[in-house]
Formats: sequence, structure tokens, C-alpha cells
Amino acid sequence: MDPILFERYPYWIAILLMMIGFYTLISRGNLIKQVVGLNIFQTSVFILYIGLGNVEGGAAPILRAGTDVYSNPLPHVLILTSIVVGIATTALALGLVVRIREAYGSIEEDEIRAKDADG
Amino acid sequence: MIEHLLVVVLLAFLAATAIAVIRLSNLYAAVMLFGIYSLLSASLFLVMDAPDVAFTEAAVGAGIATVLMLTTLSLASDRENEKPLRRGQPLKLVVVAVTGLALAWGTLDLPGYGDPDAPAHSHVAPRYIEDSPRAIGIDNMVTSILASYRGFDTLGEVAVIFTAGLGVMLLLGRTISSGSRSKSGGRKHGGSKSGD
Repeated sequence: MDPILFERYPYWIAILLMMIGFYTLISRGNLIKQVVGLNIFQTSVFILYIGLGNVEGGAAPILRAGTDVYSNPLPHVLILTSIVVGIATTALALGLVVRIREAYGSIEEDEIRAKDADG
Repeated sequence: MIEHLLVVVLLAFLAATAIAVIRLSNLYAAVMLFGIYSLLSASLFLVMDAPDVAFTEAAVGAGIATVLMLTTLSLASDRENEKPLRRGQPLKLVVVAVTGLALAWGTLDLPGYGDPDAPAHSHVAPRYIEDSPRAIGIDNMVTSILASYRGFDTLGEVAVIFTAGLGVMLLLGRTISSGSRSKSGGRKHGGSKSGD
């Protein structure tokens, strides 16, 4: 593969995934679908960061005799933290979905709005 | 070279899976495909030399998130309405396309993938790579940064998980105590806390 194209390819696919998640989030009325979209968006940001931390010919950042070049460990630490924070927000969002389903009997945004309008 | 090939193939798989997730109206299928998406991204992290991130993503993203979503589905309906196209779809597509193109334009100024001379690799990172195994005494640099240099950050993370767990319990606590349906996200989430 053309090296110039390959240099940008991981970033572009990460952005494509980001936009797929974004579109799911704003275009679908189903609450669970929206949570899935949010998670796709989130994972694409992880891919972008890990991609930026990669060093050509480097090893995983674990000390090993005879290896001098390691990938950058800082993005890894940052993304480990955000994976865990991400699952916390997902759990809270899904808890809200269950609660909304209980109160309105639906997880479709338009039906919930219609019930609200009826009072 | 084989590493580049793997990155290209895995990214293509990820894109295909994400498009399938958004198009499916059967929510069970969408959630299971999302689990596959997470597992694919975990494989990609492994190829990109981030094993710690890979196994956390495999356990948390593909494991716990999928279980939580399936639990929610068992409490709610499993099908999306077949009339998904609401007003203003073209406008939304335009917004998404413009945002995506702006971001892609921004990547032209980024250092290339795997560039060893990128600024991110030449200032702070070398210090951690050279000093942390000696100063902390752990061979895995990610672990020593996470638990030692940035220990307070990790403590803050615990506070975030605690708050989220508290929120889920407050939201669903009434459901559990009234015993209408005992399966709840709250208890599942409690399990995830001890796992991390």
C-alpha cells in the first residue's frame, strides 16, 4: 500500500466510525440505539488515540531486554481511564432507559414526546 | 508489513460492523454486533502495541457493556420502530458529513501513523519509558504510570464509577425492592466495580 495513504488511513477510518456513531445518535429515535451509537463514537476516539501513540517498529511498552523502541505509553493510560469512565456513563444511560420504559411504556423518542404532549 | 495489513483489514471490518449496527432494526442483533465491534477494536489495540488497553476493552467493552445492554433489552422491547426516518434527515446527514470532512482535513496536519519523530513521542514519553521501570520497579510502564505517577487520577476514576453505581441504584432501587423484576443494571454494575 502507498505509504502516504497508509499514514492517514487509520485516522480517517476512526473519523468515519466517529461519524457513524454521531449519525446514529442524532437520527435514530430508539434510546438503546442511541446508547449503542454513543459507544461506537467513544470507541472510535480510543482508536484515534491509540493510533497516535503507535511508533513504527516499536514494541508494547513493557520493559524487555534488547528492545529500545517502545510505543508511547501515555495515550494507553489515558484510554484505560476513559474506557472505565465510558462503561460508567453507559450503565447510567441504560439505567435511565429502563426507568423511562417503566414510566412511559416505550423507548421510542417520538412516542415518549407524544405522551408528554398529552399530559 | 504484516502489521500494516492487519491494521488495514481490522479497520475495514470495524467500519463494516458499525454500518451494519446502524442499519439493523432488530435490537438484539444490533447489540450482539456491537459486542463484535468492541472485540474487533480490542484486536486492533493489540496490533497497535497496546495490550493493556486491548484486554480492558475486551473485558469491559465487549463483556460488561454487552451484558448491560442485553439486560436492558430484557426489560424493554427488542425491536426498533420501523419508521426511523424522522424529519430533517438530509440536514442531519449534511451536519455529519461537514463535521467528518472538517476532522479529516484536520488530520492532514497530524504526524503520520507510526511516525517515530512525532512531537508526542519526543518530550514527556521518553522520560517515562527510560525512568519508570527503575523508579517504580515495575516492567510494565502503563501500570506504573496508571497506579503511581497518575494515582490520583485513578482515584478520581474510582469516584466516577462509585457515583455512576450510586446513580443506577437510585434510579432502579425502587424496582428491585418492589420485586417486580429482579434483574437490574444496578446489580450487574456492582459486579463491574470489583472487576476493575
